Amino acid sequence: MQLSGAEIVVRCLQEEGIEHVFGYPGGAVLFLYDELFKQDKVKHVLVRHEQAAVHAADAYARSTEKVGVALVTSGPGVTNAITGIATAYMDSIPMVILTGQVPTYAIGEDAFQECDTVGITRPCVKHNFLVKDVKDLATTIKKAFYIASTGRPGPVVVDIPKDLTAAKTEFEYPKAIAMRSYNPVVKGHAGQIKKAVQLLLEAKRPMIYTGGGVILGNASAELAQLVRLLGHPCTNTLMGLGGYPSSDKQFLGMLGMHGTYEANMAMQHCDVLLAVGARFDDRVIGNPKHFFEEPRQIIHIDIDPASISKRVKVDVPVVGNVRDVLKELIRQIEAARRNSDKEALKSWWSQIELWRGRDCLNYDRTSKIIKPQFVIETLHKVTKGDAFVTSDVGQHQMWAAQFYKFDKPRRWINSGGLGTMGVGLPYAMGVQMAHPKATVACVTGEASIQMCIQELSTCKQYRLPLKMINLNNRYMGMVRQWQEFFHGNRYSESYMDALPDFVKLAEAYGHVGMRIEKPADVEPALKEAFARKKDLVFMDFITDQTENVFPMVPGGKGLSEMILV
Amino acid sequence: MRHIISVLLENEAGALSRVAGLFSARGYNIESLTVAPTEDATLSRMTIVTSGSDEIIEQINKQLNKLVDVVKVVDLSEGEHIERELMLVKLRAVGKDREEMKRMADIFRGRIIDVTDKDYTVELTGPGSKLDAFLKAIEPAAILETVRTGASGIGRGDRLLKV
Repeated sequence: MQLSGAEIVVRCLQEEGIEHVFGYPGGAVLFLYDELFKQDKVKHVLVRHEQAAVHAADAYARSTEKVGVALVTSGPGVTNAITGIATAYMDSIPMVILTGQVPTYAIGEDAFQECDTVGITRPCVKHNFLVKDVKDLATTIKKAFYIASTGRPGPVVVDIPKDLTAAKTEFEYPKAIAMRSYNPVVKGHAGQIKKAVQLLLEAKRPMIYTGGGVILGNASAELAQLVRLLGHPCTNTLMGLGGYPSSDKQFLGMLGMHGTYEANMAMQHCDVLLAVGARFDDRVIGNPKHFFEEPRQIIHIDIDPASISKRVKVDVPVVGNVRDVLKELIRQIEAARRNSDKEALKSWWSQIELWRGRDCLNYDRTSKIIKPQFVIETLHKVTKGDAFVTSDVGQHQMWAAQFYKFDKPRRWINSGGLGTMGVGLPYAMGVQMAHPKATVACVTGEASIQMCIQELSTCKQYRLPLKMINLNNRYMGMVRQWQEFFHGNRYSESYMDALPDFVKLAEAYGHVGMRIEKPADVEPALKEAFARKKDLVFMDFITDQTENVFPMVPGGKGLSEMILV
Repeated sequence: MRHIISVLLENEAGALSRVAGLFSARGYNIESLTVAPTEDATLSRMTIVTSGSDEIIEQINKQLNKLVDVVKVVDLSEGEHIERELMLVKLRAVGKDREEMKRMADIFRGRIIDVTDKDYTVELTGPGSKLDAFLKAIEPAAILETVRTGASGIGRGDRLLKV
């Protein structure tokens, strides 16, 4: 039977098992919306701004193992979506973004709501397509899902001209796709893994450093098994939190610019470093020159060969799917019939305990003003550490990462690579859509939240009972902190004057608003809010304006050159 | 160091801009870039001349491989290879220069492919250095116009770049 392009798109989504599409209609996608209207397998979630559609679909993917799908119209629909696409690209999130385009005959004529979508998105997607013939539509969509979800995942854009959505053709959804130009490596090289085993067993001061690749590659169980088998210390990057249980003794906390003293010191002083699904970025190892002042052997497991030896030269590269490589590592270690150097490990751990004893995340618990760290600690307590936590970008993000101890993967949802302010609320929406019964908290600040505040309306429409934790210090906190440290206390444009009354704002959108001004009220307020299972509760915590995030590795400095409390 | 990299890629709209965009986005050099379809019309072959440290060249190779449209990448400079570039030069050829320009073209094994009463157009192929040498040997005022294709390269003997 002949189907229209619009019907084909919807059928493809059904074939892919897509349950939710986040989007916003417009001229170029009207036929598509018409087809969505006629069925109920694929549910459409109407956002208030295309950026939020992409963020929500992105978080949907981050919190599940599925591919997130967003649908936007041509021109401004696409340009509004760019921030969302770039955010997903930097964190390697599997997504398919369907974009409307002006009809094929109008392309290139500066038509109404036309933009060069393939050109604009090219640098921030894993791949993109402009479909020129309705006969190619189904295969292209299949390819898009295949590319997005295999190898190092990433967003894929499919640009669909309007006339194609009306044109008809036979529909057949390809079962499998083979592409001669795209064959991601899955299995790690056995010889390289053997070398890695040797190094790991001989290490005197080992360290295991893991990133978002462990989360995306669903390798947390294997990682935990390996870390316990070896008895080595483990740290996670911002993107890797939850990849290893934070409550475990072998966990040293997050590393990097705002990492713990013990994680950064161990990273700097180890003699064998195992990096798993992480990319040695500038916020993680600081100045690479300083990092190399200490000699060490580096083993790097990553699915993307281009991530290996990009910023840091490694000794044993292993290209492959993190999970399969870890399994093989474990197998070979168990078969090796030899143990790690117990004596050396013992003295390494006693060194680490000394660093840990520095208690670098300490803060003033007697303060009469609400300390942001206290809010996060209490949030952890009230939610029993079992919530999905999304965050925006800034100080509150770092405190959430430091103080909400994540024990499970895919629970911590934030923008690590691009550092996009405004993601928190749409991220929480995406997570709640994917997990309707779960507790979802969004840790945000009064600056970030205003970048996508209109989504409170979406939350009302879909009755999303999010818990908004607004750490309101009346400053763009991280900007203020850098200005205090590096710009002579000149707080240029970082003060948030003329803030809205967030309680009234929440109420205006039909939600519950709370303002919390005293430390003693923090826990009761959180308990009350989380007891309201059906309501979105916007909690405006008036926090200490002068609080800074510690430890801190200043830009250009080495990991062991931290500023401590 | 100078490297000459050969790329086989899908002959699809936008594939060239993906490669060019990669180089500009990551700050890599392009000295020259040539591209045309191969005997298999679904594939294009590109020759890129670039330069950089070993680490940068390694990244260029990896990043090129990562592009979904790219089928194969070979750094020709890693082994025996031949490179050729084509140049068309329009030379002033009046009076006694007319004989001189003909002689220069012969010495460099160029061919005169167009003649008017005032100028010759010379076709010259060879490694880039030979084309440079030719231009140096001609009096600058006599060079009216030049156009060069950039280098194309191929491995020697059984070094093949094929799907």
